[in-house]
Amino acid sequence: MRLNSLEAFAELRADLFNGMEDAVRTLVIPAGTCGRASGAEEVIQAARKALLQDGIADSVRVRVTGCHGFCEMEPSILVLPDGVFYPRVKPEDVERIALAASRSEIVEELVWADADTSAPIPLQEDIPFFKKQRRAILSRSERVNPEDIESYIASGGYAALFKVLERDDPEWVIGEVKASGLRGRGGAGFPTGMKWEMLAKQPAGDGKYLVCNADEGDPGAYMDRSVLEGNPHIILEGMLIAACATGATEGIIYVRNEYPLAIKHLHLALEQARELGLLGHNILGTDYSFDIRVVRGAGAFVCGEETALIRSIEGSMGEPRQRPPFPIQRGIHGKPTSINNVETWANIPIILEQGAELFASVGAERNSGTKIFSLVGKIKNTGLVEVPMGMTIQEIVYDIGGGPSGDSNIKAVQTGGPSGGCIPASRFDLPIDYDSLARAGSIMGSGGMIVMDGRTCVVDVARYFMGFLKDESCGKCFTCRKGTQRMYELLDDISSGKGTVEHLDLLEKLALVVKDTTMCGLGQTSANPVLSTLRYFREEYLDHIENKRCPAGVCKPLIRYTINENCTGCRACAKNCPADAISGERKQRHVIDAEKCIKCGNCLAACKFNAVEVV
Amino acid sequence: MEAHVDEQEIRLIINRHYSNCDGLIAVLEEIQTSYGYLPESALRMVADITGRSMVDIYGVATFYRSFSLQPRGRHHICVCMGTACHVRGGPMVAEALERQLGIKAGETTVDGEFTLETVNCLGACALGPIVVADGVYHSKVDAAAAKKLVENLEAEQEQPESEPAAAVSSL
Repeated sequence: MRLNSLEAFAELRADLFNGMEDAVRTLVIPAGTCGRASGAEEVIQAARKALLQDGIADSVRVRVTGCHGFCEMEPSILVLPDGVFYPRVKPEDVERIALAASRSEIVEELVWADADTSAPIPLQEDIPFFKKQRRAILSRSERVNPEDIESYIASGGYAALFKVLERDDPEWVIGEVKASGLRGRGGAGFPTGMKWEMLAKQPAGDGKYLVCNADEGDPGAYMDRSVLEGNPHIILEGMLIAACATGATEGIIYVRNEYPLAIKHLHLALEQARELGLLGHNILGTDYSFDIRVVRGAGAFVCGEETALIRSIEGSMGEPRQRPPFPIQRGIHGKPTSINNVETWANIPIILEQGAELFASVGAERNSGTKIFSLVGKIKNTGLVEVPMGMTIQEIVYDIGGGPSGDSNIKAVQTGGPSGGCIPASRFDLPIDYDSLARAGSIMGSGGMIVMDGRTCVVDVARYFMGFLKDESCGKCFTCRKGTQRMYELLDDISSGKGTVEHLDLLEKLALVVKDTTMCGLGQTSANPVLSTLRYFREEYLDHIENKRCPAGVCKPLIRYTINENCTGCRACAKNCPADAISGERKQRHVIDAEKCIKCGNCLAACKFNAVEVV
Repeated sequence: MEAHVDEQEIRLIINRHYSNCDGLIAVLEEIQTSYGYLPESALRMVADITGRSMVDIYGVATFYRSFSLQPRGRHHICVCMGTACHVRGGPMVAEALERQLGIKAGETTVDGEFTLETVNCLGACALGPIVVADGVYHSKVDAAAAKKLVENLEAEQEQPESEPAAAVSSL
């Protein structure tokens, strides 16, 4: 059914609102890629079965959504409207949860337990992981079934677009986005309103493009996947609003090939929006026309760079080109093009809905709004966290993240992925915003936050990122192609005990050369992981060089596995050793033959008595 | 031994996706879905039909990581090498799989049964190390779990009539 006027949309929305019965409880089950990998589908099946078998389908419903962020605790169930959260739900417990929900009760032994007192904390908003967050974007994914446009509209979706179409004043829209202070969430932090203003001023000629950059290549960041999978219409709505404001005629969502579920949900969302008349010619009967298509990437990190992304959309190798001219002047097929990141687009409907002033009141100076971070690595509460900008790293890592996952202390966080840097624990009072992070030698990037503890080696991490960049360098600039390769070799030498102090000097020099002489962001920032770790963890590098020792016990050539007196002779390690390097009689202490040992770590994983040590 | 490529099918694929140079990546992706890889003759047909040079087409086919110019195995195992998986032991998992299958990442076993690949991040960072086997995501995989995973895939091919593996598994 195509809606031909704003009134028809208003009617549909009113119908959908009336259909919502607040009294009906909803079991919200997140089933994004992460949820499915944790077993969400079994929980969904169990929930549907329970509703039928127990005859409570009239009073309880199931809603399958995308990821809400607390991936570590999936599969989980959130009971709305009450807000009761059940972590790590087993299929056999679902029936109890459903029955309790139908009677407005809570299954206390299955809700979150306080880490210190074990007291139950039933409400999601009271759980430490959620308490300090401000989930402007992520909380919307709880209310939306991503496969159903009506569910999005019923939760207040497309209301911002409606407002924009009704008002029919492009300058007002751009003014609002500018006043909100929103800066691009892809990493560089360019003011979004300013970008749109520039696009609006470009001659209409034969068309202008809007692009959603969903080529989330930063390894360790996945907030874009979560939004695309969980709430695809919010992206479409953001792009439609921009089209009205800038006169753009065509939209493209460039999405990573590695995100199959996101691609599926996007296609579905586009189809449903077209059917309702929210996309295509004369949107909701107005004079605005705009359509969006999905272009899949094919696995190249550099395509997140805007000029490379344009080349990729044009069906070529994703090699960046010199700027200017900027894409805003000459983009896809030479036409003016504005490229914004997924999270930026997701913020647009929120700004237009609540007003620029309210949006700007959240966050820090020159850094308004919220930002989603993916808090991963050696941290207790892994997941996506959305916080007001300006929160300190300390608060994110300890108050929200719950501190280290193991018994080793946290020593640093790595922000900004391969273009970012390490921030040591001594500087965790640093507020997270674009400017503070840049001053500390890192970047905001897309929001990856990798937590490192005493068992994470900074040389290994620097080597990892350089290996990544060496593989992903497109090869166009010589200094990037060869420089990243050479820096990788130097780091590899150091991590295998073949490094000298001169290696460090050379690394620093090379890092600056690559930074100064490459064309795109990939090359220019490629030295950050090296420079920041050298700045804060020089001692650890020197330990590798002078003492031929890896204090974290990670760099293989510098470590040895041994078995201590805790050994009970259970033979678990010997059975799991692929190199046949472990010998010893049953019930007697075993020995590892260092000559044969390939340092795979199987023995350490297999031992239940803490008898295998890395020295 | 190269797969037999149907020119009519290639034409259909090109008509579906290609206009004004746009869509070449989508064309190659669909060819790869059909044949499991990009056969040389298919690439030549794409060059002929679109009028672009073979160098151009070959450039694109080799630039992007998800394209393969070699036939791939019946089972496809992919280990995530993202940062979060890396610090949690992803490389050890990849090595364990390399040892067990007797191939390096990026290669296919001689019997054509298994292809082992790595990917730079699948975006399920909270659950790492992640291994995707024939499209099924496995979370928190260690060396022992990786071994079991291969054994399960091997057992599956011995009893083709048995129930297909559950769509999701956490090991």
